[in-house]
Amino acid sequence: MKFETVIGLEVHAQLSTRSKMFCGCSTDYANSPPNTHVCPVCLGMPGVLPKANHKAIEYTIMTALALNCRIPDRTKFDRKNYSYPDLMKGYQISQYDAPIGVGGWMDVEGKRIGIERVHLEEDVAKLIHKGSCTLVDVNRSGIPLMEVVTRPDISTPEEAREFVGRLRIILQYLGVASGNMEEGSLRCDANISIRANGQGFPKVEVKNMNSLSGIYRALEYEERRQREAVEKGEKLVQETRGFSEEGVTFSQRSKEYASDYRYFPEPDIPPLALDRKWVEELRSCLPELPDSKKERLVKEVGLSPYQADLISSQKPLCDYFEICLTENKVKPGEVANWLLGEFSHQINQAGTDPKDCQVRPHMLCELIDLVASGKISGTSGQKVLGEMFQSGRGAEEIVQERGVYQITDEECVRAVACEVISQNQKAVQDFRKGKTQVLTFLVGQVMKKTQGRANPGLTANTLTELLK
Amino acid sequence: MKLSPDEVRYVAELARMSLTSEEVERFARGLSSILDSFDMLTEVNTDGVPPTTHPLSLQNIFREDIREPSLTLTDVVANAPQKEGGFFKVKPVL
Repeated sequence: MKFETVIGLEVHAQLSTRSKMFCGCSTDYANSPPNTHVCPVCLGMPGVLPKANHKAIEYTIMTALALNCRIPDRTKFDRKNYSYPDLMKGYQISQYDAPIGVGGWMDVEGKRIGIERVHLEEDVAKLIHKGSCTLVDVNRSGIPLMEVVTRPDISTPEEAREFVGRLRIILQYLGVASGNMEEGSLRCDANISIRANGQGFPKVEVKNMNSLSGIYRALEYEERRQREAVEKGEKLVQETRGFSEEGVTFSQRSKEYASDYRYFPEPDIPPLALDRKWVEELRSCLPELPDSKKERLVKEVGLSPYQADLISSQKPLCDYFEICLTENKVKPGEVANWLLGEFSHQINQAGTDPKDCQVRPHMLCELIDLVASGKISGTSGQKVLGEMFQSGRGAEEIVQERGVYQITDEECVRAVACEVISQNQKAVQDFRKGKTQVLTFLVGQVMKKTQGRANPGLTANTLTELLK
Repeated sequence: MKLSPDEVRYVAELARMSLTSEEVERFARGLSSILDSFDMLTEVNTDGVPPTTHPLSLQNIFREDIREPSLTLTDVVANAPQKEGGFFKVKPVL
C-alpha cells in the first residue's frame, strides 16, 4: 500500500510577561509553593473583572507577524466552557473565531508550512493526580498562553520536530517566550492521520510530547501504528492518545468535540481594535529573525553556512558571538569555531548560559588571539579556556603562570629536534627509506619533550630539513 | 423551542451533573420555556443592524504588565472544603 502521513501541530507557548494574562499576579511561579501566586481573578471568584495584559497582546501580534500572518482589524476573547478541576471558572478565556493572527507560514528546510492561526488564551491550573484524590495548584492558572496552529501541511515526524525547533528559536529571538519544553513552558499537541492509496483515515490527537525528540518519537510510533492497523484491516478511531516515556502512545478519554465547548464572546472583556499604526510599529520593531541572521552571518560576516546555521539557531550563543565581533580583534570564523567547540563544551558541562558565564566575550577574544598569533598552541588554548571557566581569570594571566607559551624560536625547536633524531635512529632510517609517515611520530616526540608547546608547523619543517 | 430529555441529559453530562429522571423532565420543561422567551428576539427585524459581541461600546481595555501582590495562602484556601499541603483537594479525576 502507498501511505502518506498528514500532520498538523498545535504549539502552546507561555509568554514571558511579568504578570499574568488577566491579573497582576507574578508569572514567576516555577519554584514557588502551591497557590502562592494567586488572587481573586485567577481563582475565578465571583464578581471579579479580568483585564487583558497589553504586553501579552503585543507579544502575540509580534509572533503572528514573524510567522507572516495577517492581523485582522478586530479581535476578541471568548469563553471555552468545560468542567474539569484545572479550570477555576468552569471556562477558559480563549479566542474562538477572531484570533489575533491568521493565514501565515513558516519555511522549514525549504518546505512552506501554513500557519492557520495564532491566538491568545490563559493557561490552566496544574493538577497532581494521587490515587484517592487530585491536588490543585492554581499558580499556573492565568499565565498568558499563546497557541500557534499549523495547517495539516506536515508530512513526516522529522518535519514536525523541525517545525517546533524553528518556532522555538523564533520565539526566543522575539524575546516573547523562553520556549523551554522541559519546564512545560512550550508544549506541543499533534493531529496525525494517514492516507493509504489516497483514502483518508480518522485523525488521532497526540498529547504529552514534552521534548523535541519526544515529538519525533511519538509521531513516528503513531505513524507506524496507524499503518500497521490499516494493513491488518483493523479499524482506526478518532481519539486522543497520550505519549509515555516508554516511547508508545496510548488511548485517553474520548475527545469532546469543538461545539461541546459552547464558545461564546467573553462578556467581561470588551473587543479589541488592532490599530494599523500599532501593528506597523510592532512590525518595524521586530528583531532580525533566525533565517535572515543566518544569511547575514554567511554573506557579511563570512561564516560558513554550517557555522552560521549552528550559531544562529542558538540565540544565547549568537548574542555572545555578536559581542565578540565588536571586539574587532579576531576573525569571525575563529570565534565561531571556538564557540561551537570548546566553549559550547564548557557551557554545557557547567549547565550555564553564555551570558552568565565568567568568561566574558573580550576574555575569549584575548584567548583566541593568543592562539591565532601563535603564542600558544590550540591544545594549550583549550586547557586555558577550561581554567578560565573554573577560575574566571584572564587567558594572559593563566598562560604566564603555567608557562604554556608556544615555542616558536627556531633554535629551540632545532635543539629538541636534533635530540629526538639522535634518540630515534630506527625511525630516522625508516624515514630515509621512504616511510614518510614516521614524521608524525617524530613530531610527537618533540611535542612530548616540550609538553606540547613546540609550534607543530615549525617542528615538522625543522625535522624534514634535518632529515634530508 | 422544545428541549428533549436527551438534550437535557447531554447538557447535564457536559456540566458533570447527574440528574434524576424527574429532574430531567422538570428541566426539560423549564429550559424549554426559557428558550421560548429567547425566541421572541427572532421576531425583531434586525436588517441593517451590525452584529455585536458586547453590550458596551468600549474597546481596548488593557492593563499594563505590572505585578501586583497576590493573596496569602491562608486567604487562598480559607474557603476550600478540602485542602492538603497548600493545595486544593478534590475528588480524583484520573
